[in-house]
Amino acid sequence: MFNKFKKNESKLYQKERKLAFFLLLPTIFIILSIVIFPLLANFWISFKPISLGDLRPPKLIIKENLRGKLINKDKTAEIHYRYRNSSAKYDLNNVIFNDTIPKGFTIKKIEPNDTCEIKDKNLTCNLEKVPAKSSGKIILKITTNDYWKKNKDNPKNTRPTTSYQSKNILTSFEFTFDNFKKVFSATEFIQVLKVSIYYTIFGTAGALLVGLFAAQILQKSFKGRTFVRGLLLFPYISPVIAVAFSWVILFDPFSGVVNSMLIQMNVIDKPINFFGQKYTDISIFGYIFKFPLALSMVIAFEIWRYFPLSFLFILARMQSLPEDVFDAAEIDGASPFQQFYYISLPFLIGIISILFLLRFIWTFNKFDDIFLLTGGNAGTRTFTVNVYEQAFAISNLGAGAAVAVVIFTFLLVFSLVFIKYSKKEAF
Amino acid sequence: MFWKYGLFCSIFAGSIWGAFWQIIFTMMGILTFGIPLELDVNQMLIIGLVSGIFYINFQKTISMKIHLTTIFTMTLLVYVFNFGKPYQINESLNNINIFILIFLTSAVTWISINFSLNKISIGKLSRYDLENFYIKLMWGLGLIIFILITLVPFYIMIMTSLKNQQSLILNPLDFSLNINSDFKTLFNSYIELFTDFNFHLFLMNSFFVSCVTVFITLFFSIPGAYALARLRFPSKKLFSSSVILIYLIPSIVLVIPLYAIFSQIGLRNSLLALIIVYPATTIPVALYMLRGYFSSLSSEIDDAALMDGLSRVQIIFKIAIPLSKPAIVSVGLYVFMIAWNEFLIAFMFLDDPSIFTLSRGIMSLNSSEVPQQHLMAGAVIATIPVMIIFLYLEKFLISGLSTGGVKE
Repeated sequence: MFNKFKKNESKLYQKERKLAFFLLLPTIFIILSIVIFPLLANFWISFKPISLGDLRPPKLIIKENLRGKLINKDKTAEIHYRYRNSSAKYDLNNVIFNDTIPKGFTIKKIEPNDTCEIKDKNLTCNLEKVPAKSSGKIILKITTNDYWKKNKDNPKNTRPTTSYQSKNILTSFEFTFDNFKKVFSATEFIQVLKVSIYYTIFGTAGALLVGLFAAQILQKSFKGRTFVRGLLLFPYISPVIAVAFSWVILFDPFSGVVNSMLIQMNVIDKPINFFGQKYTDISIFGYIFKFPLALSMVIAFEIWRYFPLSFLFILARMQSLPEDVFDAAEIDGASPFQQFYYISLPFLIGIISILFLLRFIWTFNKFDDIFLLTGGNAGTRTFTVNVYEQAFAISNLGAGAAVAVVIFTFLLVFSLVFIKYSKKEAF
Repeated sequence: MFWKYGLFCSIFAGSIWGAFWQIIFTMMGILTFGIPLELDVNQMLIIGLVSGIFYINFQKTISMKIHLTTIFTMTLLVYVFNFGKPYQINESLNNINIFILIFLTSAVTWISINFSLNKISIGKLSRYDLENFYIKLMWGLGLIIFILITLVPFYIMIMTSLKNQQSLILNPLDFSLNINSDFKTLFNSYIELFTDFNFHLFLMNSFFVSCVTVFITLFFSIPGAYALARLRFPSKKLFSSSVILIYLIPSIVLVIPLYAIFSQIGLRNSLLALIIVYPATTIPVALYMLRGYFSSLSSEIDDAALMDGLSRVQIIFKIAIPLSKPAIVSVGLYVFMIAWNEFLIAFMFLDDPSIFTLSRGIMSLNSSEVPQQHLMAGAVIATIPVMIIFLYLEKFLISGLSTGGVKE
């Protein structure tokens, strides 16, 4: 009896298991093909000498022209086929092209003679190999015949068809280490690394601290609290393109509100190019040091845009803290700062560390914000912007992919740390 | 120690609020009246300080009448300090506006002082009261600063979009709206965007791509989430946690191979490319949020339905989906927002202006030939739908986000 029950149970379990995999299959498939496969493809590309132009496969371009007039039998006209390899790098192999010659024409001569042959008005030319950059010409000398007099035909009415093979750089087995050599030996590598680290650490810590402060403020209940809570989320939910451009316009050196306001109130004499100036001199106690202005502005934007997220998480956690703990502390005579330091903070430390790791990874990965604010200029080029710069501005896809591999390596390390610590916190 | 006395607190709070509001209101005055005003922090700092001392001495006896008298006295003091010409402006400017500005500065400063010094005695304070005072002061300042820093960029965005080129160059600080101007001149940038810059197409494309993304995402993530929440299968935990790891992978790492592959198969410059890529980034989020919701439903209903002979697939359609309609709608809207806001993939993939999404379209406005107010009008157009959705699902979004269903 019990065995039978167990058997049924296991049958049910098997059924459930099948169904679960069936239900999850599309998700697995989509993630494998759009996330995991490109990830592996990125490694592949990073070892290849491939530029943006190579993505367009080499093509045989043929132009057909008619020279001379088709008047009567005696006059000869010429059909010119000009062909060209569109690629500057790759040869075309096994090139064959076909064209149908209309009935009304008689072919007198073909130049060059050995490549082409005619069967039943079908012209087949075997060009074999068309090297990169090269071009050539095939000339047919034709006359018209009786048939043409009834049906005036133009040889251009039939388009030539071609078949050829070429090497596809994406799928070939040509590899190189040049991309990585280039990325690591570039003088800017250290600079990019430094900027990425500064941006990530200060952006993450800043957003967390500001978020913590905002959560402390919003924890107290007051009239219109829900409204303010929604308001503070605006920077986070708005399209990045909208808020980034409104910052750019706000801090514009020529017509920006901030510069005009500061000049108006006699704080500065001439406008500051907030997003375009790498350093500005700041003197403290007569000691002048260089302040990285554009980078700080980008970090400020990062903090402004992402503090709502930390704020939301911390607030949610704080509201789950039982009220009577604070009442007890109050009775024991703990001051507000003591309550924060000894009760709230230890309670929040778990969520704060998880948030820190998560935000750290996301800030490190951030591309849109910096790209839209400065385009990676003025000392704000992080690894992510460098991917774009290498792959699409300099058109070296391989080098871009190599930078992406560097990012992914960092990411892997961060994720391992994240997994190790997130096990303690129920995420 | 002197800073432990209520008197010091009153001086401190009074001067801080005075200076703070003077700065804020001067800026507001410049932006709303469009006239140059000179910032003088010191006068209001001193007036605030004196009113702070006044308040802490007489707080128990202050009636409504005294409140009003104090505010008027403070306003009067500003005029006296400046020999009748506050902000050092010319006579030709509208003096009533200036008076209102100064009056508001005084009133708000006075209210803030009342708020921070309420129930603080003049003598030595206990540690508890002292800390409470500072916390209250920080709370007030913090709240106002937070509201201002979040609102200012949006305010500038909207106001810039309503200006014309001439007035922007003439005086970048003039955000006063000419109320007499008609609809056409006020919304000129918007009208031009829709007539000359194909924004109706961009809107339609964005809407189309986002809706299809929502549909595909929900179609695959509802059954997936149900499986994760209810069914038993091996390596379920591993699967759940790897879903989270998927959305730690940034799109910048994926964009080069996707670009290369999509170029080769001729898919790149098309909306279909976006429709293929977007769900891959939104399904993990939707899966995570819906799984949380399905788990919170009681599994007893499912068991009862199983007893009655319904299959699991029937349960999904007849029980799980109807029960979690509000959650599904909210997840759908959230996915809509993600797809609507997406920039990187659209920017890389789309070359043809007739299939631009809004993000891509606004990017194309970012050139020296297109005036600023057009760019800002574009930004407003892109932001409005997101704001509407957000206001609609604020409550769900906040609880959903804070339980971990968060997409960057």
